[in-house]
Amino acid sequence: MALDDAATREFKVVGTRPVRPDGVDKVTGRARFGADAYAPGMLHGAILRSPHAHARILRLDTAAAKAAPGVKAVVTRKDFAEGQTGENWNVLENIMADGKVLYDGHAVAAVAATSVFAARDALKRIVVDYEILPHVTDVDEAMTAGAPVIRGGTADNSVPDSMHPNVVRFHENGHGDVAAGFAEADLVLEESFRTEATHQGYIEPHACLAQLGPDGKGELWCCTQGHFVAAKTCASLLGIDASQLRVTASEIGGGFGGKTTVFIEPVALALSRKANRPVKIVMDRTEVFRATGPTSSASMDVKIGMTRDGRITAGEGSFRLQGGAFPGAPMEFTAMCAFAPYNLDNIRASAWDVMCNRPKQAAYRAPGSPMAAFAVESVIDELCNRLGLDPIEVRLKNASREGTRAAFGPRFQRIGLVETLEAAQAHPHYTAPLGPNQGRGVSCGFWFNHAGETAVSLALAEDGTVSLSVGTPDIGGSRASMCQMAAEALGISYDKVRTTVADTATLGYNDVSHGSRVTYASGLATIRAAEDTIEKLCARAAAQWGIDREAVVWEDGCARPSGPNAGDFEPLSLAKIASRMGRTGGPIVGHYEATPEGAGVSFATHLVDAAVDPETGATKVIRYTVVQDAGKAIHPSYVEGQYQGGAAQGIGWALNEEYVYGEDGRLQNPGFLDYRIPVASDLPMIDTVIVEVPNPGHPYGVRGVGETSICPPLAAIANAVSNAAGVRLRELPMSPPRILAALDAAQTDSG
Amino acid sequence: MVDVVLWGSLRPFADGQEIVSVEAATVGDVLAGLVAAHPGLKPQIDAGVSVAVDGRIISSALGEPVRPDSEVVLMQRLKGG
Repeated sequence: MALDDAATREFKVVGTRPVRPDGVDKVTGRARFGADAYAPGMLHGAILRSPHAHARILRLDTAAAKAAPGVKAVVTRKDFAEGQTGENWNVLENIMADGKVLYDGHAVAAVAATSVFAARDALKRIVVDYEILPHVTDVDEAMTAGAPVIRGGTADNSVPDSMHPNVVRFHENGHGDVAAGFAEADLVLEESFRTEATHQGYIEPHACLAQLGPDGKGELWCCTQGHFVAAKTCASLLGIDASQLRVTASEIGGGFGGKTTVFIEPVALALSRKANRPVKIVMDRTEVFRATGPTSSASMDVKIGMTRDGRITAGEGSFRLQGGAFPGAPMEFTAMCAFAPYNLDNIRASAWDVMCNRPKQAAYRAPGSPMAAFAVESVIDELCNRLGLDPIEVRLKNASREGTRAAFGPRFQRIGLVETLEAAQAHPHYTAPLGPNQGRGVSCGFWFNHAGETAVSLALAEDGTVSLSVGTPDIGGSRASMCQMAAEALGISYDKVRTTVADTATLGYNDVSHGSRVTYASGLATIRAAEDTIEKLCARAAAQWGIDREAVVWEDGCARPSGPNAGDFEPLSLAKIASRMGRTGGPIVGHYEATPEGAGVSFATHLVDAAVDPETGATKVIRYTVVQDAGKAIHPSYVEGQYQGGAAQGIGWALNEEYVYGEDGRLQNPGFLDYRIPVASDLPMIDTVIVEVPNPGHPYGVRGVGETSICPPLAAIANAVSNAAGVRLRELPMSPPRILAALDAAQTDSG
Repeated sequence: MVDVVLWGSLRPFADGQEIVSVEAATVGDVLAGLVAAHPGLKPQIDAGVSVAVDGRIISSALGEPVRPDSEVVLMQRLKGG
């Protein structure tokens, strides 16, 4: 699965910027999203949710709801399959409580009725008697003796017995001797940081249409990042065979990791099975905030030692992440990513997964990495400030390169961190003058990237066009990229290929569109499927010419005779061979099914200029530059879009976005009026630089780009704001009250 | 024999060792060898791991080859958003 010839290859389609295939549909309203599905006889579902952060259910009476006008079915936990284990048990517990509610918004029961209003009215008739229990929503408090126990016995064997039962997993990595490393340093800094949970903030709320009959056969239409895993999970939770549930992924209005699992889909299927009619559920925004996964919040301590000339002698970090009332906070990735950009002899990173009375966290672009970068890169920035060193020179001096032993163990293959730092250093942004109350921040970031199970099918039509079926929902422009890679491999034009996201009955199992894997893995599979197709095309040409297959080559979209004894024949184009395929052996279809294992890791460097108003604490990002290694940018516009999107979401996370809980454990801001994501007027133009250091594990050199772009922003913005304000900001979001408090504290300290 | 590097919090389940040597020709052999040598590792390995072989991170393919001189590192299973 090695890099074919990306370093020397002259690409014709790859690297160009063709018009996106889904653009017209989306701007004209023709695209069909999750809520756009309808079926004859369709019912509407609604879900009753807990108003308490932690409570025991003493009584759950649905009789009045069942008798309400228009109601056709009511389901509770007993309508789902028993015997779930592992993550399936966690998912089931999250989508429907059993005996105890674990967070504000936890589902308790659901109704299907002939209208949305009838369903919602019926929810009011469900009687639930709760015994309210003590709750905890703060990660540090949840670890302290005396904190309410959310679910005892959840911890795995990695957690020392002395820890509170809310601590459910422990991870530690590193190498060398950190004590000796700190002893070598001229300056050692140890600081503590906190980040709040933020939501992925996708535009489209979760929506699905489900149909499940008493015979166990079903159909599901839903907006998801992974319809194959949705089928697998739903089938398990409903106790049906996975192959009897066909799942189709709708067009998707954003996911960012938050749509890699299921929430409403099993509930809609359970209601449909009970009512024997199709059931549609569409979440409202409040439900999205209260009951779907935000990212984890974090509390972190980082200690770094540095010599006067900028060499980092040791790094140590403690990372505590809460992931809601379930195991799964991505703390191991926080620990593994924290020091990944640096070639250090002495590293130790420890991390704890902690349960709180909050919704079950879900992945959010590079889960766990952005908070790690915030803590580590802030300390590096402060060390640079105190030692009078240039922040990019220091990062270059310590940068990970090919052969560096990563903090998490292995040695890096060819990577492009140094190239991103050099490009950032050379960018005019880095030397642009700053005004009063303005500051500049730099940060590096790292993400692993992922591959996963992948299957594609590439079928030729008689007119010489190509239908490519992939199993990875298009969350970032992948249909265009797939068309480009297929066209490149086949030697035809981009507009001759159409890529479709096929349903679960059409292809072999595909892993979720996550881990920045789609352009890498589905792209690799597309290229290999095209090569499989070419093999078949060449065989048809050889048969037509009456020569050996080995005497035929594929060049510029045509089969050509090759070699001294091949003979002299007119080249046969793809279209010409396809036009006769019915009479030369039948349909021509190329396949590829595998789990590629060459996803290259990715690094980025971000530059940020921010202005802080010392009177109000308001912050404005005035200049932003993203530099990231893409390996090979298949469609540079989409790559730039991923870079800009990561920066935009990072700006929100750094400056404004946060889950706010009241004393009662209830979420106080479940809506976009009170949960403030950046709007266009909050953002500067975000410049991008695409660095291309080819990934040796992909035929064209692709590295995933969807996640790394959100790793540096928290730190880069914090460094810019801290340098503008003249005081170190250690807690996100850096909202105006928090900045004013930091300024006041600094004034008090100095006064 | 192949030397396998364990992450820090796994070492208590392997008598405190950072490196465990196992007979292995594939990634699958590595995992089976680790469990055979140190059964306490089984829950963590069953929960999902990746194996880095000479810097290449293998997420799931048990048949990937390893050589006696390969640098083999056990890692947490990777996933993303």
